[in-house]
Amino acid sequence: MSELSPWLVLIALGAFHGLNPAMGWLFAVALGLYRHSRAVVLISLLPIALGHALAIAVVVYAVVVAGMAIDEETFRILSGLLLISWGAYHLLYGHRHRLHIGLRTGLIGLAVWSFVMATAHGAGMMLIPVLMPLEHMGAHAHHMPATDSLWIASLAVLVHTLAMLVVTGIVALVVYEWVGLDFLRRGWVNLDLVWTAALIGIGLWLLVS
Amino acid sequence: MARWTPDPTFYPSPRLAAKAPAETLAYVAAFAPKRDVPDAIAVVDVDPSSPTYSKIVGGVDMPQTGDELHHYGWNACSSCLCPNAPHPHTERRYLVVPGLRSSRIHIIDTKPNPKSPSIVRVIEPAEMIEATGYSRPHTVHCGPDGIYVSALGDAKGDAPGGVFLMDPESFDVLGRWEVERGPQRLAYDFWWHLGYDTVVTSEWGTPNTVENGLMPEILLGAQYGRRLHFWDLQKRKHLQEIDFGPDYQLVFELRPAHDPTKAYGFVNCVISLKDLSASIWTWYRDGDNWAVRKVIEIPAEPADPDLLPPVLKGFKAVPPLVSDIDLSMDDRFLYVACWGTGDLRQYDVSDPFNPKLTGKVRIGGIVSRASHPAASGPLSGGPQMVEISRDGRRVYFTNSLYGAVDPQFYPAGIDGWMVKLDVGPDGGIDFDQRFFVAWPESHRPHQVRLQGGDCSSDSYCYP
Repeated sequence: MSELSPWLVLIALGAFHGLNPAMGWLFAVALGLYRHSRAVVLISLLPIALGHALAIAVVVYAVVVAGMAIDEETFRILSGLLLISWGAYHLLYGHRHRLHIGLRTGLIGLAVWSFVMATAHGAGMMLIPVLMPLEHMGAHAHHMPATDSLWIASLAVLVHTLAMLVVTGIVALVVYEWVGLDFLRRGWVNLDLVWTAALIGIGLWLLVS
Repeated sequence: MARWTPDPTFYPSPRLAAKAPAETLAYVAAFAPKRDVPDAIAVVDVDPSSPTYSKIVGGVDMPQTGDELHHYGWNACSSCLCPNAPHPHTERRYLVVPGLRSSRIHIIDTKPNPKSPSIVRVIEPAEMIEATGYSRPHTVHCGPDGIYVSALGDAKGDAPGGVFLMDPESFDVLGRWEVERGPQRLAYDFWWHLGYDTVVTSEWGTPNTVENGLMPEILLGAQYGRRLHFWDLQKRKHLQEIDFGPDYQLVFELRPAHDPTKAYGFVNCVISLKDLSASIWTWYRDGDNWAVRKVIEIPAEPADPDLLPPVLKGFKAVPPLVSDIDLSMDDRFLYVACWGTGDLRQYDVSDPFNPKLTGKVRIGGIVSRASHPAASGPLSGGPQMVEISRDGRRVYFTNSLYGAVDPQFYPAGIDGWMVKLDVGPDGGIDFDQRFFVAWPESHRPHQVRLQGGDCSSDSYCYP
């Protein structure tokens, strides 16, 4: 495997997350429409990206710590089981959860909202298989100390989030400026199903590989 | 079952919803006043090209008698597209139909055969009362994060009434909505401004003071509802109470602007104790608070006491008794049902503080008993529950108010009917001469819900 490819996958997953209306661009568009302001759309995306980054970071650093504490095989199985059960729970019981953040929320509220939405959807967990080779690769090549490991983890969060922010910003602007909301009626495909399938699929792959 | 693309009846904004195709079926709550047979949800054909146009073409009976079906709503609607709690792939499929008297809630599936819906779950009164402490469920609205239902009273039929939540998929009753009730005691209708995270609730009376009809000593003592309450939708906290004062009784139907960026709405007050007039009030944002202003007053009409029911003889006048109002999807026309005089009025409320009367028809009425082109002879009851098509071109209404109140104002009895008005593109209303549903004698019709949504079923998060 090329050393570049895990980074490309991180970027691709960032774009995938950014496309999902439930990850924030739609919220930003709504707030912009209320205030008749493109600037509001763009500013709203910043706390949304921050919340997303925090949700990703929690998982990424957990992977780093777990990677140091347990062997790779155990880690692979545990994280596979975690992904499958998270996906299944989301499918069966996701509707039970309510988040009391409404359309009058401020920038902090948006960041909290984004953090909770990304966490609940398992956005960070989807990155686990990509993070493993990054950490693994480093460890073998250089007997990497913990600081390097954290540095790679932080870079992973940053790269992923930037990809997410760019894609979500483009979608938000295109919808706000040109496409309009009517597009949602046909174009908003059930990404929750795709996400659940992705979580369970990645979980299974971790178990069998 | 989750869909792949959003339910086609969901629209992001009222502007887009107004372009929805015309409805072909209407669901109508029909209750049996003698409580000898079950109440029903009737299905009325409203497709003008159909051979059974203006006829009851199906329905479903409730499992028990004595429910008093009244208001009801959908499991899901356009608010599922809201950006803060998106679940757009839910289906608008189930009607949530409470029995106002029995406190039994029926979940009715309209999908496999829309003309012959079926009951898929019944929530027994004990289950609802146990979970919420409330009884007598009334208004149902599909919220961004679940089904909200208002209830008139507590388990014993006293105050407080309030709002409770139901799970939108399992239909389990989840519990009370309010965290901090503040001074609110009486309950009736509720709706919200999603763009302002604000809930508005109105007041009727406790079940013990309304279930045997309006009690003169309570009414004349101004102890029925006369207040609006404003709440924080997210914190579920009471924010503000507005008292209309001791002259005003029965503050009922809440019609906030459909456009979520507009912070105003309309509410009807059924009767003034001073002169029997009815009034429409606009609530609006005033700085950091909410305020109200009376914008329409409809006077009582002098009448021969011999033609009046006992409760009104002494007043020698027939009160308009505005019992329902409804706002078109473009927030332009407000329809006002005068159950006492028999008027159904259309006001242009483009300027919410200066309504202009743009249309009027008369049918039924305590004194006028006005007829309809497709009916023979005088009609009983008057315009009551009003529903507007999403495109604003058709208005449907029925003539029964509430089992225990009907005979107080119409002692000779009410023969149920449902009619339809056609609306001109710039206002003006007239009867559709082909549409008159003479309701079967065993039942009386109440709330109308149009297949796919109407002007009091959906709320929107985008302007």
